[in-house]
Amino acid sequence: MRKLIKGNEAMAEGAVIAGCRYYFGYPITPQNEVPAYMSKRLPEVGGVFVQAESELASINMVYGASAAGARVMTTTSSPGFSLMMEGVSYLAASRLPCVLANVQRGGPGLGNIAPAQGDYFQAVKGGGHGDYRLIVFAPASPQEMLDLTILAFELSDKYRVPALILSDGIIGQMMESVDIPENYVPGKVDKPWALTGAEGRSKNVVCSLFLDENVMQNLNTELSDTYEELKKSEVRYESFMTDDAEAVIVAFGTPSRIAKNAVLRARAEGCKAGLLRPITIFPFPEKEISSLIENNVKNFLVTEMNSGQMLEDVKLAVSGRSNVHFYGTTGGVITDEDEMTDRIMSICKGGSRG
Amino acid sequence: MADIIFDRPKSMTSAPFHYCPGCGHSVIHRLICEVIDEMNLRGKTIAVAPVGCAVLAYDYFDFDVSEAAHGRAAAVATGIKRVHPDKLVISYQGDGDLASIGMAETIHTANRGEKITVIFVNNTNYGMTGGQMAPTTLVGQVTTTTPKGRNPETEGYPIRMAEMIASLQAVKYSVRTSVADFKGIVQTKKAIKKAFELQLEGGYSFVEILSNCSTNWGMNPVDANKHIVEKVAEYFPLGTFKE
Repeated sequence: MRKLIKGNEAMAEGAVIAGCRYYFGYPITPQNEVPAYMSKRLPEVGGVFVQAESELASINMVYGASAAGARVMTTTSSPGFSLMMEGVSYLAASRLPCVLANVQRGGPGLGNIAPAQGDYFQAVKGGGHGDYRLIVFAPASPQEMLDLTILAFELSDKYRVPALILSDGIIGQMMESVDIPENYVPGKVDKPWALTGAEGRSKNVVCSLFLDENVMQNLNTELSDTYEELKKSEVRYESFMTDDAEAVIVAFGTPSRIAKNAVLRARAEGCKAGLLRPITIFPFPEKEISSLIENNVKNFLVTEMNSGQMLEDVKLAVSGRSNVHFYGTTGGVITDEDEMTDRIMSICKGGSRG
Repeated sequence: MADIIFDRPKSMTSAPFHYCPGCGHSVIHRLICEVIDEMNLRGKTIAVAPVGCAVLAYDYFDFDVSEAAHGRAAAVATGIKRVHPDKLVISYQGDGDLASIGMAETIHTANRGEKITVIFVNNTNYGMTGGQMAPTTLVGQVTTTTPKGRNPETEGYPIRMAEMIASLQAVKYSVRTSVADFKGIVQTKKAIKKAFELQLEGGYSFVEILSNCSTNWGMNPVDANKHIVEKVAEYFPLGTFKE
C-alpha cells in the first residue's frame, strides 16, 4: 500500500509493522508526530502508549519494557536525546534491545527547531558514559524512515545492542509517497534473559553493576566483540555514480539528497563526481571508502549539517591516501546545492576551497 | 526429631546480606519474601532494585529483578508492568533515590496510578555513600554534608512522602510503618501484604518504612531503633494516609 505521509509517521508505522507494541515519549519538536501517531495507533493493535513526565522517564520506561522482553521504542530530538544519555548507557551495558530515534534540530543548547546533524558524535561515538556503541541508521527519506526502523528492531534484537535512527527535522517533517508493507512478519528472537516472572525456572536479573573489575572487563570485551561483528556484517550504504568517479561526495541524511543534484550538475559539466551515502553510520562504511581509493578516487568532499563530525570518520578511513575536503553548515542552516556543486567542480578542476 | 518452626523464606536466597549489622534493609527484604511466599507469588513477581544501599537486592531476592538507574526505579517498574500487567511489580527504593533524584518519577508514577507497589525505605540519609543529607534528614541532624545539623533556613524541612503520595487521587494505598520494634515489624508485614493485594486488584500502593542507619547515625542498632521510635517517628508519624 502506498501512502503520502510524513517521515516521522513513516518511522512510527515502521515500528508498529516491526511488532513494537510499547512506546514511551515526551513532547519535543520536530518529532511530535511520532507520539501523536503512536497514541492513536498502538491501542488499535493492542499496544500501549505512555506520555512520560520527561525524557529521563521515557528512556527508563524503555529499559523496563525491554527488560520485560518487549519490542519498545522512544523518540526525541536533540536536547531530549542528551537527557536520555544516562539511560542509553545503561541499556547498552545491560544488553537490552530497543529502538531510539533522534530527529535532530539545531544546537548546541536549546538551539532551534531547524534541521541539523550536530549530534553525529553523540550518536556514533557513545554519547553516554562508558565504552559502548549503538547501531546507528541515517535515513534519507520517509521510505527509509519506515524501512530502517523495521531493520533496526530486527538487528537490535539479534545483537542485543540498542539501535538509533539518527534523522533530522527535514526527513522527519517531509511528506513523500511511502510503500507500506502489509504482510511483514516480525522476526522472532528468543529472550531467555527477559524478566517474565520466574515461574518454573531460576530467577533472571537484568543489571549493569559488576563490582568485580575483571567481570566488568569481560562485559566490555563481549560488547567490543559484538561491535566488531556489526562492522563485519551490518554495514549499509548507497553508491551513486561512483563506478568511474574521481571525486566523491560523502553525505548522510538530508545533505545526501542535495548531493545527488550536485553530482548530476557536476557530471553535466564534465566532472566525474559521485556520491557515497552511509546508511549505517555505526558501523561506518570504511571499507567502501578504501575500495573507492583503490578505484582511483583522489578527492572526497564530506558535506554535513554540522562543523565536521562524520568528516573525522572519513579521514580515519582515508588515512591520508586521498584528499579530504569539507563543506558544512551549522545551527539549522541547510547545505546549499549551488555551493556544493561549486565545491565539487573546483575539486575536479584541481583547485580546492575545502 | 525436631520440627522446623522458623526458616528462610523460599523467595530469599542463602546469600549473606552485605548490610551493616542491625540494618533494617535485611528485615524488610525478609518481610517482602515472607509475604511473597504466603501469597504464592514467587513466580509472578518482578522487582526493581534501586541505586543505594539496596543496589544488590537481586542477590537476596530469588525472583526476577531489574536494576534501575539512580532515581528511575518507578519508571523502570512502569515499563515492566505495562508489558506484564498480570505480574506483581515492586519498586524498592531509598530516600535519596525516591525523594531526591527520582522525585519526578515517584510523583508521576503515583499520579498515573501505575499498578505497582513502591517500598520506600526511609533512614533519613544517604547510607551507601557514607551518610549525606537526604530530603528526609531531620532538622538538626548531623550528616557529612550538614556538619552543624540540618538548618531549615538553608536546607528546608524533611519531606513527608507518604502524606504527599496520599494527596494524589489515583493512589489506592499510602502508609508509613517502621521496623524499629516488634510491633512495627508486624505492622510493616501487614502493610506490605495489603499493598500487594491492592496492586493485584489494580491499584498503586506505597509503603514508607522507617528504618535505622546505625552506622551513619553513629549509634548501636538498639539505640538507633530507639531513636526511630522516640525521635524519627515524631516527625514522620506512623499510620495509614490513604486506603
